[in-house]
Amino acid sequence: MNRLKFKSKSKVREFLGEKLIAINALAALVAIVLIFAFIFKEAIPIFTDQEIQQEASIAKMTFKQEFYEGRDPKWSWQPNSEVPKYSILPLMIGSLKAALVAMLFAIPLGIGAAIFSAEFASQRLREIIKPVIEMLAGIPSVVLGFFALIVLATVLQNMFGFLFRLNAVTAGVALGLAVIPIIFTVAEDAMTSVPSSLRDAGLALGANHWQVSLTVVLPAALPGSAAGVVLGFGRAMGETMIVLMASGNAAIISSSLTDSMRTISASIAAELAEVVFGSAHYSVLFYLGTLLFVFTFLINLGGELAVTRMKQRLQGKLS
Amino acid sequence: MLDNNIEITTDDKERAVLIPSPTTPARHTEKQTTPTQIKMSVRDVNFFYGDKPALHQVSIDISVNRVTALIGPSGCGKSTFLRTLNRMNDTIPGTRMTGTVKLDGVDVYQSIEDVSTLRTKVGMVFQKSNPFPKSIFDNVAYGLRVNGINDKDLIAQTVEQTLKKAYLWGEVKDMMDNSALALSGGQQQRLCIARALAVEPEVILMDEPASALDPISTAKIEDLIAELKKDYTIVIVTHNMQQAARVSDTTAFFFEGVLIEHGPTRQLFTKPNKKKTEDYITGRFG
Repeated sequence: MNRLKFKSKSKVREFLGEKLIAINALAALVAIVLIFAFIFKEAIPIFTDQEIQQEASIAKMTFKQEFYEGRDPKWSWQPNSEVPKYSILPLMIGSLKAALVAMLFAIPLGIGAAIFSAEFASQRLREIIKPVIEMLAGIPSVVLGFFALIVLATVLQNMFGFLFRLNAVTAGVALGLAVIPIIFTVAEDAMTSVPSSLRDAGLALGANHWQVSLTVVLPAALPGSAAGVVLGFGRAMGETMIVLMASGNAAIISSSLTDSMRTISASIAAELAEVVFGSAHYSVLFYLGTLLFVFTFLINLGGELAVTRMKQRLQGKLS
Repeated sequence: MLDNNIEITTDDKERAVLIPSPTTPARHTEKQTTPTQIKMSVRDVNFFYGDKPALHQVSIDISVNRVTALIGPSGCGKSTFLRTLNRMNDTIPGTRMTGTVKLDGVDVYQSIEDVSTLRTKVGMVFQKSNPFPKSIFDNVAYGLRVNGINDKDLIAQTVEQTLKKAYLWGEVKDMMDNSALALSGGQQQRLCIARALAVEPEVILMDEPASALDPISTAKIEDLIAELKKDYTIVIVTHNMQQAARVSDTTAFFFEGVLIEHGPTRQLFTKPNKKKTEDYITGRFG
């Protein structure tokens, strides 16, 4: 009887490999921190520079301002006016409005499509549906924006009689088109990875296919689906080209979804190229960038925590 | 040349333990002498996965309030057969079945209007415990809710009764809102049995319900089976022949998709009629 001769494993190679992978992971982290540091650095003059604070202090950006003597104080974003106005509230409301409409549109469609594909579609149909919806994510946002500007805006206006052609609904729906594939992909993966033993258990108790999908598969896939929604919301907040083209870009405060609006991201994209380097306007745009960054980061963090809690609850590690 | 060409399968290990004990007396009192009523009757069932035959002309009568054990080597079709009884095989695409399965004289493939009705009458417990990722209470209540029972008091009452029937109430009564996945493996499996009992089935199918459990949990499940047969008809697939000897009244031996022999458990394990059965229970092949 011969024994097999095994080669001894190289300790050095294992060590190097491990470090190499660690460095790779670290590099991504460092890049994010550096990007944030740079953006924030350009926004610092708002907190330190007296001259810039004359035009755009935190208070001036946040609260109502009496821009012209004798007129009512209000929030206004007109950085290129003779009296530059830097209220950021209209932009924040715009961003939230567009993202809200996008989510209202994309969550039901994305989750619904995921349920259909994971639970009801035949194998063949599923192999068509999944790549086609995921292809939506591959459409350049400028193309979606163009489509929204030329086609969608007219269709929606004719359908609902909007006063303004470009508004939060138009922008939100177009944004939703970009968000659907994100929600769909993540939710569908979560649903298909629900073990079939759970489906069998439901069926064996006399539940029908629908009941099993809605009362077993969907709850079990909830953490994954929620993760998809969080990712989608991040995309909706940060997406630029679609809202730049389809929102009308009017920086006004309005609770109506049918008014034109403007987002933080669109303002940065539209104005940064023309701004005077080092001016108040320049710093404000970077400040906006910082806000957007922090906001999206917090949303993702909160979402991640919520998803972890949901998972733990499902697994019984949390009562 | 490596000298490990003797392959030890699970069957062999079980057999090693089994050999001295085919005469182990059953734990229950035998009442084979009294005539029994037929609960399910199966005639000429053939089953195919695609073109591959899995069952060949299986006919068997399953007596009411008895435990029927299905034994046989892996891949002999005993699990497939079990799943024809509550039409769980319907969920596997590309399968085909011929023959008749009757529950109380009613053909379950032809005459039952809705397959979910059948499954509330013929419940199932699976090999691997599969509680829903929900609370203990919601697990047991699930079968009631999906079958249209909304009365909260009735649900709560049934859940308690069912858990008591499964001897699990004492262990879980203070943690009904906790996730079922926080229970131990054995408790999870008894919860799955309770869940199946909640819809008040007449027949309970068990597919190797204790194969993934430790000996103590296994003993609890076996005690439970002995208790449950007073009210239910039980069909159990098992790999463990000692278990079949302990819990069942009648045993059916399957081999390569064919039902070789079905008879009173004691007789099948001591004086089998067929040579193949004898070879299998004495460990001459696997």
